Order: sequence, then C-alpha cells, then structure tokens
Amino acid sequence: MDTHSRHRRHAIRCGVLACLLAGAGCRKPAAAFHGIDVTGADYGSDFRLNDPEGRERTLADFKGKAVMMFFGFTQCPDVCPTYLVRAAEVKRLLGADGERLQVLFVTLDPERDTPEVLKAYAAAFDPSFIGLYADARRTAEAAQHFKVYFKKVPTGNSYTLDHSALSYVYDPTGRLRLVLRHDQSAQDCADDLRQILHPA
Amino acid sequence: MQFAIRTTIAAVAMLASAAHAQVTVKDAWVRATVPQQKATGAFMQLQSAKDSRLVSTNSPLTPDVEVHEMAMQGNVMKMRQVPAIELPAGKVVDLKPGGYHIMLMNLTQPVKEGETVALTLTFEGKDGQRETVDVKAPVHPLNSGAVPVMHGSHKH
Repeated sequence: MDTHSRHRRHAIRCGVLACLLAGAGCRKPAAAFHGIDVTGADYGSDFRLNDPEGRERTLADFKGKAVMMFFGFTQCPDVCPTYLVRAAEVKRLLGADGERLQVLFVTLDPERDTPEVLKAYAAAFDPSFIGLYADARRTAEAAQHFKVYFKKVPTGNSYTLDHSALSYVYDPTGRLRLVLRHDQSAQDCADDLRQILHPA
Repeated sequence: MQFAIRTTIAAVAMLASAAHAQVTVKDAWVRATVPQQKATGAFMQLQSAKDSRLVSTNSPLTPDVEVHEMAMQGNVMKMRQVPAIELPAGKVVDLKPGGYHIMLMNLTQPVKEGETVALTLTFEGKDGQRETVDVKAPVHPLNSGAVPVMHGSHKH
C-alpha cells in the first residue's frame, strides 16, 4: 500500500477514535432496524404498574428479556387485538428466542379493564402475555412518561378511547431501544427483536 | 316427512327474500370477549347491486349497537360512530380491522367462540326504500387476525 493511502487510513482511524471518545454526540452506525431507533431517549425509562394479581411490576422484573409494551384498552375490537395477535406471531417467529420476549399490555381504561378482564384478555393471545394497570392518576402519569396520547371519547351510551398505537421495545438490560409502528409487520418486528436479543 | 316439508318451505322463503335483496352480506364474524369485557366488534363484507348505504344495525345482544370507523391519524388510533356506510353499486365494502366495524357495546354477558350473534342490518337505497337483512354472525376467537379462517379455530 502506498504512503498516501496509509496516511488516509490512519487519519480515518483517528477520526473514528475521536468520534468514539466524543461520546453521545456521535454513535457508531446503528444496526438497521425497521422500527424507530430511540436508544438514549429520555422518556419511557421505567414504569410502576400492577399485574392482575395486584403485584407491582417494574422494568427490572423482566431483566434478561426483551420487553415489548403497548398501551390500549380491551373494548377496542381493532387495533389492540391486532397488536396482540402480531405480538403472538412475533413470539412464534422468534422460535427459541421467543422465551426471551415479554409482551406487556397496559390498559388506558382501568375503569372498565379490571384485573380479571386484563388477565383473561392477555392470556387469550398467549399465556405469557401480561396485562398491567394502575389507578386513573398513575395511568395518566405512565402515559405522559411514555408520551402516549389518549383521550376518552363518548359514543352513544358508552365511550371509546383515542390512543397512540405505538409499541415500545426494551433490550434485556432494561434500556428503551425501539418504537414500533402499528403497521409494521410481524416479520419486521421479529427481525428487530432478534437484533435486540443478539446485539452484533 | 313434516321436517322435509318445513325445510322446503323455509328454503323457498329464503330464496324468495333473496330474490328481492339488493345487498349481500358475506363472511360475517364477531370477535369473542372475555368475561366482564363490555364491548366487541362485528366484521363482514357488504355488496349492494345498486347504490345503497348501511343506515342502522341492531342486535338482540345489546341495545347499544353502532357503526364505527377506525382511522389512524399519524400514530393515534381514533374510532368514531359514522351515520352510514356508503355502498356504491357493485363495490365490495369490507368491515374489517383497520376500517369499519359494527360496535356492540354495554354487553351484559360474554360472547363465546362457537356461538352465533344475530344482527339486523338496515340498508337504504337512493330512492329511500329500506331493506333489512338478518345476519347470523359466528363468534371467532378473540385472537383472530384481520382475515380469520372460516372453519376451525387456529389463528393466522
């Protein structure tokens, strides 16, 4: 190799090293995720919600697993079942890695989604899925912390909820890594989760 | 012998009403619920020979039945009651997850897989003439995908 290219390669190496030393401002190129890479985000860092047995659960409970979390309500015949059907399919596509995926469904409608309803609802999609809830105030706080939009909307003699339809993915160390859109296919989600479970 | 006669009469009656029907309803299904779950959705395919619109729905299951449209605004899901669903002549209109559905609300009992939900759909033509169609929608598993398998309960 001639002197000129050797100097170039040396310069590039120094540049990369400087970049790494500079820290947060310059990451090495992210793996190609289908979802939105939010590594380093300052929101969605943790949660404190009850499972259907009344036990308080936080992210630490699921260390060692990738976590995929969604905010919805059971009176939703469309988006929420679709998320859970997709989640079950993702678990299936992951094969053996499926054991290292924890799917969570957080209700934005604790008024109607009692622990009994949540437990049966989540289990209908997969026995490992967990429904989580809190009282109205803590539900609103959790939604705010995750930047989840939701609003009660009257309809006839009942009400529905408008709500964000994004899923949040944590890696096995408990860091928020990805936001998955509602229209992402199960295959794309599985590909993302495989990368989260097996970082390069 | 009596059964055969009754069946024939019923078949003839069905044929007779089908001859006048403008609207066909296909592949209707209702999503099952878990105990204490208060609402669910019905999905189906509608097609009208002439311009028509679905203007109301009823069910003995609950007095609170509405036609809803789900729309994504960015990443926010919104469902709203719509006064009617337009059925342009000959066009197949899907009521399916991601679009329209019939909401059955304030349920007082669970809707179980394997059961059937009776729905009455009222359609109105351009001339103002109304037509009702009775539908017996089978209940499919809660975890059914957008296009459920018609027979058996395995999911996609």
